[in-house]
Amino acid sequence: MDKVISSVDEAIADIPDGAVIAIPGFFTCGVPRALLQALIRKGTKNLTLACGCGPLLGAAEEMRALVKNRQVKKVIDSYALYRSATKGMQDPFEQAVRAGEIELEVYPMGTMAEKYRAAGAGIPAFYTPTGVGSVVEETVVTNIEANRAPKETRIINGRKYILEYALKPDYAFVHALIGDREGNLRYAKTARNFNHVMATAARVTIAEVENLVEIGELDGDDVHTPGVYVHRVVKVERPRFAITID
Amino acid sequence: MKTRLDEQTIALRAAREFPDGAVVNLGYGMPGLCANFIPEGRTVFFQSENGMLGYGHLAGDEEKDYEMINASDQPVTALPGMCFFDSAAAFDMIRGRHIDIVVLGAYQVSEKGDLANWGRPGRPATGMGGAMDLAVGARRGIVTMQHTTRDGKPRIVRKCTYPITARRCVGLIITDIAVIEVTPGGLILKEVAPGWTFSEVQTLTAARLTPAADLKEMEL
Repeated sequence: MDKVISSVDEAIADIPDGAVIAIPGFFTCGVPRALLQALIRKGTKNLTLACGCGPLLGAAEEMRALVKNRQVKKVIDSYALYRSATKGMQDPFEQAVRAGEIELEVYPMGTMAEKYRAAGAGIPAFYTPTGVGSVVEETVVTNIEANRAPKETRIINGRKYILEYALKPDYAFVHALIGDREGNLRYAKTARNFNHVMATAARVTIAEVENLVEIGELDGDDVHTPGVYVHRVVKVERPRFAITID
Repeated sequence: MKTRLDEQTIALRAAREFPDGAVVNLGYGMPGLCANFIPEGRTVFFQSENGMLGYGHLAGDEEKDYEMINASDQPVTALPGMCFFDSAAAFDMIRGRHIDIVVLGAYQVSEKGDLANWGRPGRPATGMGGAMDLAVGARRGIVTMQHTTRDGKPRIVRKCTYPITARRCVGLIITDIAVIEVTPGGLILKEVAPGWTFSEVQTLTAARLTPAADLKEMEL
């Protein structure tokens, strides 16, 4: 089945207000920036951006626009704000988080990865040792006090674990180096990061690809994400890279 | 004013802790510099939570590849035999205890080896990245940091007042003035930076230090 869509705008046209969208990328690496730019043009509101390792620090321009347009209701991530307090104070996203206008929910990075993998694998929740002894064990970590739900723990073989839940986004935007018409994907080096698990987790996965190839041109042994997880494929330009974090 | 070690020198001292064949993860910031200081004759496999094992030193200006970055968003160089995987697999390695050593930065370390490195009082929760997984999962935790805060307050304390990353996960603390081992019996001062004495280091430490029987000056 040919899953190719002719433009990023068409690929995201059905995303409704209030959608939960998974955004992969480790800082600037492997971030679906063209799809984010289409989302800004479309103006979809009340979005939850479910991340994992700081893609909105990498796609800083896109994030500034999304915040300015008041499109974002909530961000879920392991690392979402600048480490530098001075830079943070000037960042519109951190200002919105401080004011309680955008919710920021935080989990350890490995827990974020597992939340998506569980969702993609039909596992509703899992126990992890990560976070025991910290605030992560006590409640959901969020700037919105009313949403700090307590967490469950359990002792298994003498060690304490935290119960964490699968996270199933409505959509995932992914960025791949190569994709074929059936949605088989191959990533470049560390640009793989959260792209694969998010593709498996979402109800609808939209892949932007730098190189679109015909079926058979991507060898079966080279496929990182099988096409069964990918619903739409769209060709994009190779993004520019820049260091923006600290 | 006594001389304190710069970040490069702290990283050099930390890298001497990596045995031949070790799998090592380097945390955000100063720990990333350790990749440039592997002692001669040793092979160390650096792992990164964005899905990479077996990378080399930090890339120079002419060899920067922004699709091959470490945990600090710095491009690194390729080594023969290196491999890539996704972040879920990277954290399988971390939580599954396949990582020998993690080097992390810190705001505070307690005398019991509790680590606080992800949040500061008065700021929204910025996020802990992979630090909690690494602190819990790696077989040995090493901290590199400045011994005191910018306004001179001790970072090595009896109990952490900053948000905890993980409990009892730090085995060795390497600072700009000292190398301190965390033991069940307390903190042992193993080495001092050139020109520093036990009592000078103790004055800048809020937990009790015991001098090692073989306390010595760092060899740099």
